[in-house]
Amino acid sequence: MPDGTMMGPVLRVEDLTVRFVRRDTDVAAVNGVNFALNAGETLTILGESGSGKSVSLKAMMGLLPAYAKLSGKIWLNGQEMLSRSEAELARMRGGAISMIFQEPMAALDPVYTIGEQIAETIVQHEGCSRDAAWKRALDRLEQVKIPSAARRLKNFPHEMSGGMRQRAMIALALACSPSVLLADEPTTALDVTVQIQILLLLRQLQQELGMAIVFVTHDVGAAAEISDRVAVMYAGRLVETGTTREVMKHPMHPYTRGLLASTVHGGVRGHRLETIPGSPPNLACLPPGCAFAPRCRHAVEACRREEIPAVATESGAMARCLRVQALVPA
Amino acid sequence: MNAALQTDLDPRDRGGPAQPLLLVDSLRKHFPVRGGILNRQVATVQAVDDVSFSVQKGETLGIVGESGCGKSTTARLLMRLMEPDAGEVVFDGDPVGARRGIPVSEMRRQMQMVFQDSYTSLNPRMTMVESIAYAPRMHGLGRREAYDRAERLLGRVGLNPRQFARRYPHEMSGGQRQRVNIARALALEPRLVILDEAVAALDKSVEAQVLNLLEELKQSLNLTYLFISHDLNVVEYMSDRVMVMYLGRVVESGPVASIYRHPRHPYTRALFASKPTLDPDRRTTEMPLTGDPPNPINPPSGCRFRTRCAFAQPRCAEQVPMLGAPLAGDAPPSHIVACHIPEAQAPMRHTIEVGHA
Repeated sequence: MPDGTMMGPVLRVEDLTVRFVRRDTDVAAVNGVNFALNAGETLTILGESGSGKSVSLKAMMGLLPAYAKLSGKIWLNGQEMLSRSEAELARMRGGAISMIFQEPMAALDPVYTIGEQIAETIVQHEGCSRDAAWKRALDRLEQVKIPSAARRLKNFPHEMSGGMRQRAMIALALACSPSVLLADEPTTALDVTVQIQILLLLRQLQQELGMAIVFVTHDVGAAAEISDRVAVMYAGRLVETGTTREVMKHPMHPYTRGLLASTVHGGVRGHRLETIPGSPPNLACLPPGCAFAPRCRHAVEACRREEIPAVATESGAMARCLRVQALVPA
Repeated sequence: MNAALQTDLDPRDRGGPAQPLLLVDSLRKHFPVRGGILNRQVATVQAVDDVSFSVQKGETLGIVGESGCGKSTTARLLMRLMEPDAGEVVFDGDPVGARRGIPVSEMRRQMQMVFQDSYTSLNPRMTMVESIAYAPRMHGLGRREAYDRAERLLGRVGLNPRQFARRYPHEMSGGQRQRVNIARALALEPRLVILDEAVAALDKSVEAQVLNLLEELKQSLNLTYLFISHDLNVVEYMSDRVMVMYLGRVVESGPVASIYRHPRHPYTRALFASKPTLDPDRRTTEMPLTGDPPNPINPPSGCRFRTRCAFAQPRCAEQVPMLGAPLAGDAPPSHIVACHIPEAQAPMRHTIEVGHA
C-alpha cells in the first residue's frame, strides 16, 4: 500500500521532453512538461489528438521505442526513472507504477485467463505463493465489482463484455497496489452508461488504495467527473494547470477557453458553436514562441518571438500565455 | 450547385411539405450466428427489430443509443447496403425497391451517407476531386462537369480547391477528410443525408467546426438529416426530434426539448443521467445503471430493458411494450414511449445542466 507517511509528491516530472528522431523527421512530441502529484490525487491531462498526452504517459512508464529521445527527470517515490536500466524499469512497471489503456482487448493476453494474468503479475513482483496470488486476484476482481468474481477468474478476455474487460484490466493494473496509476483514455471506447460506472469505480478505488492517478483524456466531461487538478496540453506543452474548478470555470489560456467553448453541451442549442480556427501545428516544425499563436485571436507580435514563460497565480494555477493579465480580469 | 436546389421548392418534391420524406415501417434485420462443425445456425442477433419512424422534410432526426442498439444497422438498411428481412421504406411517397416505387439506385441518388471513419471511407488511391466526382460520373455526368462540381463542393465545405483538389486522403487531417466525405455525399445533390457518427472521431474543436458546417449546408441546400450518434450533447444540439434505441428497438421518441427535459422511459433517463456533468461542483455520485447492455443475441423477452430496469414487473417479461403516449404526465402528442409501467414514466425533475462560463 502506498504510504501517506512519505513526504512530498509520489510522482514528479521535471522538464520532460520527447523527440522522435528518425532519418528524415524530427518530431517534437513533448516539449518540457512539469508537474508533481501527491498520493491520493488525480491529475487529468486534457488535450486533443497529437498534443503529446499519451506520449508523456508512455515516457513515464518507459514504454517508448528506442528511437525516442527523452530528456528531463521523472521521480517516482523519490527514485529517478529515466536513468534506470530496462531490468529495473521492468520491476517497477506493474509494481510501483502501472497503466491502463483505452483498448483492454489489446492490453490483456488473449490466451491466458484473467486470473492467471493477475496472479502471474503478483508472483512476479512479490514472489509470493501461487495460492496467495490467486487469493489476491480474487480480492481485486471483487474490488472492481465484477459480479461472481470467482467464476470470472477462469474467464478468457474474449468471454467478457467491454465494460467487464475494462474492469479486469483495472484489477490487473492494481494487482500490486501501485502508488501511481497511469490511465490512457480508459473510458473513451465505452458507452456512456458504462463510462460513468468506470469513472465512479476509479474514484472509489483511489479512496480505498490511496494511489495517485494521471488520467489522460480528450473528454472535458470525463475530466470534470474524475480530476482534482487539470493540466491542459497543446503541442507537447502544458499550457494551463489548475484545480478542476479553476480550469473549467475560469479558464485563463485562450486555448483552454476555445476548447471549452467549442465543447457541445446542453446550453448551446440554437446558437452557432464557437470554434477554434485552423488545426493544431505540425510537431515536426513547431513555430517559435507560442504554438497556439497562429490560431489565437489575442496573439500579439511578442507571442511569435520566443518561448512563453509560465505565469502562476496566487492559488498555484498556471497559464503559459503572455496576455493572461490582459485577458483575465483580476 | 443546381440552382433549383437552393430554392424552397424542390422540383423533385412529390407530396408537398406535409408528406414525410422518409417513412420506415416495421423494419427488421436478424443476423444468423453460425457455429459447430456443421456450421448450423445456432443463434440470431436481433439487430433491428420492428423499427418504425418517419422523417419530415427539412428536419433533423437524431438517433441515440449505445453500441449494439441497432442505430448503424438501421442506417445501412435504409441505404440498402444490406437487405432488410422485413419492413418497408417509403421515400417521399414512393416505396423503395417495390415494383410501383422508386428503384434503389434512384433512392441512393437522393439519399446519401457519411460514415464515422473518414479515412476508410475514401479510396486511398484517388485524389479528393476524383473521389467527389466519382459518383456523379457513374450517374452519367461528363468528366469536365463532374470535376467542376467537385471543386465547387470542396470550396463549399471550406477547403480551398487549389490547395486540396489534388491531395490524397493520407495527406489530410481527420477533420479535412470528413469535410471531403461530406462534399462527396452532397455530390449527387441528395435530399436526405444520413450522418452515422460523422463527428465521433474528431477532436472537439474540429467537431464544432464540422457541426457548424453541417448546419450551414442544411440551411442553404434545403437538406434533411438523419443524425446518428452516441453523443447525447451533440444529438441535442443538432436534432429537431430524437429517437432513442435500445437493443434493436425504439424505446422513446419525440421532440428534442420534450425528450431532454422530461425523458419518460427508464432507459432514456438512465442514459441522460450517465452523461458527465461538465461541472466539477455537481459530479455524478450514483451509478444510474449497473452492468453492460445485454448481448443482442437472444435478448430478454418482452421489454428488452427489463433486466436492468428498477421498475420491472412480471408483465414486462411477458408483453412487448408498444410505442404510445406516455402513461403518466402531460407530453406533446408526438412524444411516445414503449413502457408498461406508469410509475416508471412519471415526470421527474431532470437536472438541467448549467453551461460553464
